[in-house]
Amino acid sequence: MSSRKQLSGVNNVMTQVRGWLYLLPALLFLIAFMVYPLIDVFVYSYQEGFNSASQTSFGIGLYNYKYILRDPYFLKAVKNTFILVIITVPVSTGLSLLISLGLSSIQKLKNMFQTIFFLPYVTNTLAVGLVFMILFRKTPYTDGLVNLLIGKFGISPIDFIDGPYWAKMLVLSIYVIWIVMPFKILILTSALASVPEVYYQSAKIDGTSSWRVFWRITLPMISPMIFYLVITGFIGAFKAYSDAVAIFGVNLNAADMNTIVGYVYDMLYGDGGGYPSYASAAAIVLFAIVLTITVINLIVSRKATDNT
Amino acid sequence: MNVKLEGITKVFPNRDRKDKTGVVAVRDFSIDIPDGELVCLLGPSGCGKSTLLYMICGLESPTEGKVFFGETDVTDIPSEKRGVGLVFQNYALYPHLTVRQNIRFPLENLKGSDKLTREDMEDKVLEAAKIVQIDGLLDRKPGQLSGGQQQRVAIARALVKMPKVLLMDEPLSNLDARLRLQTREEIRRIQRQTGITTIFVTHDQEEAMSISDRIVVMRDGVLHQIGHPQDVYNDPANMFVACFLGTPAVNVFNGEIKRGGLYIGNERVMDVNGVKEMPVWVGVRPEGFIPDPEGAFTCDLNGVDVLGRDISVVCSHKSCESVIRTIVSAESEVDCESKTVKFNLKPNKTYIFDKESEERIRFS
Repeated sequence: MSSRKQLSGVNNVMTQVRGWLYLLPALLFLIAFMVYPLIDVFVYSYQEGFNSASQTSFGIGLYNYKYILRDPYFLKAVKNTFILVIITVPVSTGLSLLISLGLSSIQKLKNMFQTIFFLPYVTNTLAVGLVFMILFRKTPYTDGLVNLLIGKFGISPIDFIDGPYWAKMLVLSIYVIWIVMPFKILILTSALASVPEVYYQSAKIDGTSSWRVFWRITLPMISPMIFYLVITGFIGAFKAYSDAVAIFGVNLNAADMNTIVGYVYDMLYGDGGGYPSYASAAAIVLFAIVLTITVINLIVSRKATDNT
Repeated sequence: MNVKLEGITKVFPNRDRKDKTGVVAVRDFSIDIPDGELVCLLGPSGCGKSTLLYMICGLESPTEGKVFFGETDVTDIPSEKRGVGLVFQNYALYPHLTVRQNIRFPLENLKGSDKLTREDMEDKVLEAAKIVQIDGLLDRKPGQLSGGQQQRVAIARALVKMPKVLLMDEPLSNLDARLRLQTREEIRRIQRQTGITTIFVTHDQEEAMSISDRIVVMRDGVLHQIGHPQDVYNDPANMFVACFLGTPAVNVFNGEIKRGGLYIGNERVMDVNGVKEMPVWVGVRPEGFIPDPEGAFTCDLNGVDVLGRDISVVCSHKSCESVIRTIVSAESEVDCESKTVKFNLKPNKTYIFDKESEERIRFS
């Protein structure tokens, strides 16, 4: 009995060793390209005036954080990012849910519409940005398609690309929503399709109104997917950068449309670049924000699924 | 509430759009189910029994024919207004709701003058839960219950509205053998207690025989026989019904009627009057064999299984394609060493069927 126990103990160790061996290649790459840089960034963010060429700094402290938190460009970037997140995440998720519900209730041409709604996902970000420029931009020669359209309602033309702050934010939000929706629609249509038909049949026999079916059956059944989309949506929107570049060009500070990731980039490589310490501090601040929001999201989603 | 089906036909459109004929699931089906009875729709898989059930509850509408509840024609009435309860094969309990919320769900849908107060709902939920004996589990989620308990919750949910007709779609097929037996009794008790007309779909003939007041045997969407279980067993209308009911199944032989007698092989096994001479199928129930050294019917003996109360004599005969399984009383003497065994056949356990139509030929 005891010898068998020992044998199984040896086997157990062997399996564990083998498991780690299989994980080793992935772990090595993760450590080299994820963990080490992360630690590095953390260290840089506390090193005052770090010079990447000479690998030297003046000292260690909170100086970098103090600097960026007083930097109006950084504060602007934080404000822009937050506005973008607060607008785009709920709107894109809600719209995607509506479209998915529509898609799952039609019979004819369903596949065609699914393909159409998925097209933006496979379209290049910059190409979409170009289209948005054409739609929204006001030039000396033309007011742009959107201005022509709203002109019909007697609204005077607005320069969406180079005009007032709210107009630029509106275009950026619409753009981000447009970009992220295909993936959400894809996830939600498959989530809706995975709700077993019998639940609807059972509800039908009991005379449940379609409103109640949606709130009491459909929504709770797909809620894990919705929470997944909200969490990844928050993370994605906080990391927005290329979207702003696609519409407003690389000089985002001039356009007043910079984001936190944009600020990090500027500090590293932009016109006033060469400040890895500030960039690191900004990246750590972004990380802290995303972490906090994600934890809150997880707590809320767990509470919500427990209650339903 | 008695349920009447009149000439129900259901044709499902074919997947292949060029083929306009479609698949006929149910064909010209008419039955009358008396008030307060438990009726089983019995047939092999794919015979259209579930489709029939769905048409009774209104999830499917018949291509032709009418459904009556009492005197009312409900064919065009949507399912929610028919006052039916349906128990699904896999229960369809909402996984995110507790047992209490699941049972209460149908009540919360009531509108207008039927609307219930919270206390009334609570009372009804408790009442339904007590009938199926799950009142201790009300605050659990379906995932925390065993299959049998989930089944009871599903029945409670169907019962809570006090439906006029309770429909069950293979409700026992997901349970293990022991639980199936138990739940079977339970369903019988609940049905007796509530007196609700119940229609029960199953492919298990033993289940149907034991539980129902009346069984409806169908195949390929066509009604074969309807009647009390024992009557259908004793007096099958055709070869399909005879073969489908009973375990071990009926033993089928190639036979012939000639000179006023029934012949299997070269032996005249029984006197048969009032039937013209022709080749026939002969079906003999396992209990229709009486071992007798002087018997008229000789079979090759394969073996003898002692089942305790009975013995099963397994033998073969060149007129029968499969092995012959008989059940004879333990007192009868069968010589295990012998190569052959002789039987007499009980006339009331022996059925003769037309070779073409497989319809029963009655004799005296």
